[in-house]
Amino acid sequence: MPDAPGLELIRGEIERDRPGAVLATSYDRAQAALLVDPARVIEVLSWLRDQPGHRYDFLSSLHAADYLPNEPRFGVHYELINRGRVERVRVKTMLPDPGGEELPEIDSCVELFPTAEAQEREVFDFFGIVFRGHPNLTRILMPDDYVGWPQRRDFPIGGEPVTFTYTEQRYD
Amino acid sequence: MEVERRSLREKQLAARDLLRGDLEGEDLERYVEERVLTTNFEKVLNVARANSIFPLTFGLACCAIEGIPMAAVTARYDIARFGAEAGRASPRQADLMVLSGRVSVKMAPVIRRLYDQMLEPKWVMAMGACSSSGGMFANYAILQGADKFLPVDIYVPGCPPRPEAVLYGFTKLQRQIMGNPDQGWRQRYGGYGTEEWARGGPRSEPSPEAARAYEEARELSLA
Repeated sequence: MPDAPGLELIRGEIERDRPGAVLATSYDRAQAALLVDPARVIEVLSWLRDQPGHRYDFLSSLHAADYLPNEPRFGVHYELINRGRVERVRVKTMLPDPGGEELPEIDSCVELFPTAEAQEREVFDFFGIVFRGHPNLTRILMPDDYVGWPQRRDFPIGGEPVTFTYTEQRYD
Repeated sequence: MEVERRSLREKQLAARDLLRGDLEGEDLERYVEERVLTTNFEKVLNVARANSIFPLTFGLACCAIEGIPMAAVTARYDIARFGAEAGRASPRQADLMVLSGRVSVKMAPVIRRLYDQMLEPKWVMAMGACSSSGGMFANYAILQGADKFLPVDIYVPGCPPRPEAVLYGFTKLQRQIMGNPDQGWRQRYGGYGTEEWARGGPRSEPSPEAARAYEEARELSLA
């Protein structure tokens, strides 16, 4: 894990090679994260993967989160590991909600990290984030004919209301 | 035909005489009358069905890990006592489907297909809270009870149910089968005419005997 000055050094090097790609950094609870422009996330990922001296060449996880009241709404997170030094760095991008039926889009990183294939499908399945250039972007866990993006915060939780003794009073 | 009841000791002595070849005439008639029981074929058939259930070997979730091996097939609880130890890996040969665990939206069509492939008569046991009512999974991915898509004959609550509970539910199912030549759920849901043998033929109706037997079985299983 790069410490806070180390993270700033990484940011400075990326700024030198790819100016304007990294928007901010955060170092919280010993976790280093780079906040990246979503249009340029592939540049930053390939830089981190291939730059001699850094070589964060293993994508351990790719996931999304819905920060609904906030804007931009969707976050796509990439967890990268340098396996030699066992150092981790997180790349975050924030995607705005285009609204209506349109889905937010971001470039796919399957070319860089083949392991992202299934994980991007999962993110698409649950959040409706489209990864441009993905070889087979279909639902992976939910049924193919399922309608909606169930892990979004504005998706109804489903199930049936259950009356407990403490909720019974309300229906009197 | 009234047969005078004799004490067990007298019956044993008569049996000894029979084996020795000493029993003749009226004594022999009496011996046979004491040991013969009349019934009808349907009832015998249902006793046979209830005591030779072939469960379908498949599992859905944690109840399959916890429940089926622990509750049913291991020597400690041993479902073979009730004649149901012969698990069948093919739905074509199985009578009983034990829904062991939560049923997800994606799994439901698969289970329904397995159920449709089973030959009638067939029974379904919802084992555990999840397949009975959705359990703790009140969300978008889990069906709130397996009876949303197939008829369930018996519900065993618990998370997971105790082995005793599973076997108690199983014996209740047996009583239901013995008491009613039709399946209990057809009476409950008015599902007559959906039997595979009745498709395209005349609509089957519950006979008054079947309806009465159902009520008796229900009283038995509620007792």
